[in-house]
Order: sequence, then structure tokens, then C-alpha cells
Amino acid sequence: MDEITERKKGAVRAAFPHTVPVLTGYVFMGAAFGILLESRGYGPVWAFVMGLLIYAGSGQFVAVGIMAAGFDPLGAFLVTLMVNARHVFYGISMLERFKKFGKAKLYMIFSLTDETFALLLSTRPPAGMREENFHLTISILDHLYWVVGCVAGGVLGSALPINTLGIDFVMTALFVVIFLEQWKRKQNRTPALIGLGASIVCRLVFGPDWFILSCMAVLIVIFGLFKKPIEREVGR
Amino acid sequence: MTTLQAVIMVAIFAATTFGTRALAFVLFPAGRPTPKFVVYLGRVLPYAITAMLVVYCLKNTAILANPHGAPELIAILLVAALYLTLKQSLIAIAAGTVAYMLMVQLLFV
Repeated sequence: MDEITERKKGAVRAAFPHTVPVLTGYVFMGAAFGILLESRGYGPVWAFVMGLLIYAGSGQFVAVGIMAAGFDPLGAFLVTLMVNARHVFYGISMLERFKKFGKAKLYMIFSLTDETFALLLSTRPPAGMREENFHLTISILDHLYWVVGCVAGGVLGSALPINTLGIDFVMTALFVVIFLEQWKRKQNRTPALIGLGASIVCRLVFGPDWFILSCMAVLIVIFGLFKKPIEREVGR
Repeated sequence: MTTLQAVIMVAIFAATTFGTRALAFVLFPAGRPTPKFVVYLGRVLPYAITAMLVVYCLKNTAILANPHGAPELIAILLVAALYLTLKQSLIAIAAGTVAYMLMVQLLFV
């Protein structure tokens, strides 16, 4: 028992430094969500439940708008599908890595947000620590930050009567920063440019409601057609 | 909406989100080798998707109408400039968001 507790503490100590950027981002974004949700009449308890069970940044922001518009189960399903369709691509990237997770695999899949995905791809455990324990700890910590942020925002929202118009820009800013971070590595630039070009064209051609799904299809076609030159550049 | 209706809505959001995350694992189970093309997609897609997410956030910006997306453009440039100079993502994100909120609340009303 003591040995297991000790090992868990070690995993938290090793994982925590890697999660600090997500800690700051999630508490801030989660709070923005909690405030937004509160402004639509759903308090901290709702922020807690949604943060814990949905656990999706952009998905939850969009959910607030749908909840405010009234009871619409089909709309909720379709919009969530469109907003979170990109997670299918994350799953594809994690097929191999998650094989060794055993019982925790289901939780790893559930908690696969944009930011956790990025951390799992980019971090390695210290010598002597199992990668599964290390990465599971990262996933749990990120989830915890998000829930704390959501609840804090819900509490703060009811305490401070402030104008929240424009607070959803925090998402845009976060993705701009992630984009710039990926841009630093030269081999990421071709896929990044393809993604940028495809999404702008799809937004203009297919309109705001259909562009994510059309863009995903276009991306698969482009990456399929130019597989050889892209693989040469990105590396196998 | 009644409380029960709201609970149903949250359950749908949660189940659908989990479904999108689990779909790849259902389609390509651990017991069988993953098709090579899927493995290749898994490597290049994350970078394309980040750009898609930026455009996704801006999808409802009316470029043709006043103020022609100016608050979005200014705030994004601010985020990029702060991030590239200070290397502090939180400061860049916070400053950009506050600047955007001030612009849409006070400047471009």
C-alpha cells in the first residue's frame, strides 16, 4: 500500500512540471466557461458536472449556446459531433500508444482533449518510471485543472457582475498559441499550411455550419493524394 | 428548459464527445494491425487541425460588414506578438482576450 502511494506521488512529482502550461490555460479557459455558463443561468454545480463529464473546451463553449437556446437533443448531438469530430483524428494518433494502458485505457480515451493529446505526444517519463503511469497522471491532472477552472468560473460569475462579451476569444488565442508553437518545428509546417488553406477555403465555400466536416474530408483527400512528398518532408 | 431537460442535454454532450474520442479505437481495435494510411494520417493531422481550430473560432466573423473583423485581427496579432517575444503563452492569451473584450465592448460597439 505504502509503496503504491509512494509510486503515485513520484508520478505526480514527475508529471506536474509538464502540465503547468495546461494548468494555467485550463483554469483560465475553464473559468471563462464557468462565467459564460453562469451568465446564461446555470451555476457552479452545472459547471462542475459539465466540466467533469463532457470535458471538452470548445465543445462546452458551444454547448452553452445550445443550452441557452432551449431543449434540442438532436441539435446538441449534431453540433457536438461537428465540433468534436477532430477528436477522431486524435484517436487515430493514439491507437498504438494506448494499447498498453489496460484498465486505464477507457479513461485515457475519455480524457483525450487537445492539450492532453499534445502533452502525451511530447513528454517522456523519467528513467525507471512506467510511461503508462506517467501519462495517466498527466491526463488526470489536466482533467482536475479543467474541473477546478469551470467551478471557479461559476462561483466567480455569480459574485462579479461583469460584462463577459468577447470572453470566448480565449479559445481563439489558445489555438493561435498552439499553432505558433507547432510552427517552430519546420517539418510541421507543410501539414499546418495545408490545414490553414483547406479550412479557409472550406469556410468560404461551405459556410460556417459545414466547414469542419467538409474540411476533414478535404484534408484526408489532400493528405492522401500527396502522401509521398509529405512523408518525405515530415519524415516517416 | 426544465432541470430534467438540461440534464438530458448534458448527457448528450458528454456521450457524443466520448463517442468522437472513442471512434478510432472502435474502428481499429488493438488486436489487429492499423492500416498504414491511418498511421500516416495520425502523424500529419494534428498540425493541420490546429489551423482548422483557429479558423473554426473565427467562422462567424463578418468580414464584409463593419468593423470588418478588425477586433479579431488586432487581438490575434497581439497574441502572436506577445507569445513570440515573451514566450509566455498565458500572458499572451490573457492579454489578447482582455484586449478583444475591451474592443468589442467599448471600441467597436
